[in-house]
Order: sequence, then C-alpha cells, then structure tokens
Amino acid sequence: MCRERQQGRIAILLKLMASYRELLQQVRSEIEEISATEARALGDGALLLDVREREEWDEGHLPGATHVPRGSLESRIELVTRDRSASLVVYCAAGNRSAFAAKTLEELGYTDVRSLAGGFTDWKRNGFPVAVSQTLEPSQRGRYSRHLLIPEVGEEGQLKLLDSRILLIGAGGLGSPASLYLAAAGVGRLGIVDEDVVDASNLQRQIVHSTESLGKPKVASAKAALEALNPDVTVVPYEERLTSETIERILADGWDVIVDGSDNFPTRYLVNDASVWHGIPVVHGSIYRFEGQATVFKPNEGPCYRCLFPKPPPPELAPSCAEGGVLGVLPGIIGSLQANEALKLALGIGDPLVGRLLLFDALEARFTEVTLRRDPECPVCGEEPTITEYVDYVEFCANPRSPVA
Amino acid sequence: MTVVRIPPTLRAATRGEREVEAAGGTVRELLDDLVTRFPELHEQLYEEGDVAPFVNVYVAGEDVRTLEGLDTPVTGGVILLPAMAGGV
Repeated sequence: MCRERQQGRIAILLKLMASYRELLQQVRSEIEEISATEARALGDGALLLDVREREEWDEGHLPGATHVPRGSLESRIELVTRDRSASLVVYCAAGNRSAFAAKTLEELGYTDVRSLAGGFTDWKRNGFPVAVSQTLEPSQRGRYSRHLLIPEVGEEGQLKLLDSRILLIGAGGLGSPASLYLAAAGVGRLGIVDEDVVDASNLQRQIVHSTESLGKPKVASAKAALEALNPDVTVVPYEERLTSETIERILADGWDVIVDGSDNFPTRYLVNDASVWHGIPVVHGSIYRFEGQATVFKPNEGPCYRCLFPKPPPPELAPSCAEGGVLGVLPGIIGSLQANEALKLALGIGDPLVGRLLLFDALEARFTEVTLRRDPECPVCGEEPTITEYVDYVEFCANPRSPVA
Repeated sequence: MTVVRIPPTLRAATRGEREVEAAGGTVRELLDDLVTRFPELHEQLYEEGDVAPFVNVYVAGEDVRTLEGLDTPVTGGVILLPAMAGGV
C-alpha cells in the first residue's frame, strides 16, 4: 500500500517536470527567432554571439561573431556589451542552445535578442561565409595561460598580441625592460633600432644585455635574449642610426606602435614627426637620475611631442644621461610603464596615457600626473601645419632659437 | 607662498633644492620671484620675454600655455618641466 502510494507520487512529479523537448518548445515560444537569410541581411546591425563550445567555434563561425560559450554566458556577456538595448543575434549549431541563451539574456535585461533558427548548420547550408579563427597551440595555451585567464585579454587578445608589430627605438635603459616584457607577452614582431654596441657601463641598467654580449651590437644581443625568452617572437634588428633617410624604410616594414626610448632630441623630434605623418602611436619615456616620465602620443587623438615641447632646449641646457647619470632601476620602472601602454594599445583596452604625462620620482616614490593638450598651432599636428616633411633634426636641435623649417 | 617643484636638470640653479617656495599671484610674479633668488634659472625658463618653448610650467597640473600663459593665476602647486631626452 505504502509502496503504491510512493509510486503514485513519483508519477505525479514526472508529469510536473517538463521534458527537454517540452522545455525547449516553451522557451522558443517565448523568444524571438531569426532565419539565416534575415540574420545575414542585418550585416553589422547586430552583435553576433556564438554560444557553442570552443571546439565548435574553432572549426568555423559566423564572420564578426563573438564567442561566449553558453556555460559562461551570464558572467561574460557584460564584457561583450553592457548596452541592454543592443541588438543581439545568438546562435549555436542548430538553434536550441541559442534559444535558451536568448531567454537567459532577456532575463538579464537585454531587450533586443534573437536566436538564429537552424543555427550555424543552416547558415552553412545557405552557403553564407564562414570564418575560421586562428587558435593558440597547446604549448602557447600554457605559456600565456595567465593572459588567457584575464577576460580583457583572453585568447582573442593573445592572438592579437601574436599578430602585433611593435617598433622599439633604442635597446638601452628603456628599451631593455620594454622589449623583455613585450617579448614575454608574446608580441609577435619586435623591431629594434640601435646602432650601438654593448658597453660595460650599460649593464648597470640595460638588462636585456649581459656580460657576454660586451662589444656586440645591441640589436644582435637583444635579438638573442628576446628570442631565447620567447620563440614565438621574431626580432627584426636595425643596426643603424635613425635618420630622416632610414626612418621611412623602417616604417615601411609596418608597425602598429612605436616605443620611444631614444637618448637624444633629434631622434625624439624625428620619431614624433614621422609618427604623426604615418598615424602610429608613440609610447614615450625618458629618464634622468632619479626621475622619469612617460606618456602616449596618439596622432589625431591627443597631443604630439611638439605640442608638449615646441622646441628642444639649447645643448648647453640639456645634459644627457651620460653626463647626468641614472639610477639603474629607474629605466626599469619607466620602460615597464611603456611596455604596459604598448600592450594596452595593441590590445585596444584600458585608458592609455594619451593627453597625460606621468612623472615618477624614485627618491620620493611618488607619481604625479599633468595634463597635456593638443596645440592647435602645433607646427606638425596643428590645424595649419608648417612642417610637412623631414627637417634637419641635428641642426634643428643644435640651434633651437633659429626659426624652424 | 606656493611650492614649486624643481626638476633635476634645473637643480644646479637652486643649490640642489628639489622644491622651493615662491610668492606671486600670477605665474609671471612667481617666476620673477624665483629668478630674483636663483638668477641662473633665468635662461632656463625664459626666451624673448615668454616661457621658453623647451620648458613647461604647470599650475595645478595644467600647462600654463593652454591657460593664460604668464598671466595665469597661481591656483595650486607649480611644476617646472624642461624637455628630457634620456633613455639610455
């Protein structure tokens, strides 16, 4: 008797619990669906979310789609968009998982969500374009695992870094830590411009070189160290002085970001003018004794070096590092800040130091920030530029009081 | 009195002082006061009667060139910042 009653209760419970089919049907009736043809017609008008598993995504996905596996949809959707009114099209393989995902997104407050009926399968059957993403190799997943764990970087960001090309001006105090961190981070291509050889007096701070590189070209020494640190990185050495003649050829090799760690004014102004004309952001750093500064000059978005300092100081008022000295760790701090900014620019994340100059005092252990603004009268990036081609930078810096080009 | 931050490249002119106090309601008055006490600063700060193009003067974090130049009222701490090129 008792047993019969128990069985009866189970039967009622089973009746109350919907089957997967029933639940799916119910959810599909509560959400909006869109056909492959309609989805394609939307073009860039909607954000495409692929909620399938990684292996499925790797084999092919809708061009321009963002991969957010169903399992982490709730926690990661805000990283994709916080805009609750954004137009979203969710898809999976056949339109079932995406129906549940669409329902979840609606529960999270997203108001314009559609599920792609028939999913990726139907999309392919229509002969619509499919993108196959690059993926990291297993060894790279291990090497970059601490990047992969950060949502703002992740696999997509790491692939971006591996595709990035960053040019370092100087393999000295600033270039050493900057290049080491950029190489370790997996920036795929690092160009280094430096005409010097490694000198004993460099080793107190230029940590990319070592005692056994004494007398060798800095670019060769740096290339060996960086490629040993990370074989994913190709170092392009330019063992030459940067001049108005050489810079065009070097920039023609294609660089996304320039890290300026040069040690003289002619090079600073030359790099600035070239970067404005080529539209390449420059991560600027400079150091003296216990103090350093860093900023980002991003053409069209913020000021350039000439907005900051229209003219260089006369040589007698501008002691070089060689005369002034520098605490060994200081370029480590400023060069690392430059690497940080370069990585942010390459990844397209965060607030770069555009329009802000960060000053660091090692003795006080204090950072100060001042505002930099574009100068509408800047001779290079202003409204009516008066310098539109390379000038004689050595002459310009030797005679700062003379009229400029 | 306003605290003026002296950058390392100008400290020879201020007997090694990293910060000095100066008086003045405008940047012009404040710099005049500085230069009177530290005459060697003159050629480091001025060119043709204006702030030299290779040095920036910040008042409360803003470049006086983007404000009212030498007539900018001194509303906060002052930082003198000449161009530095060192990277090696």
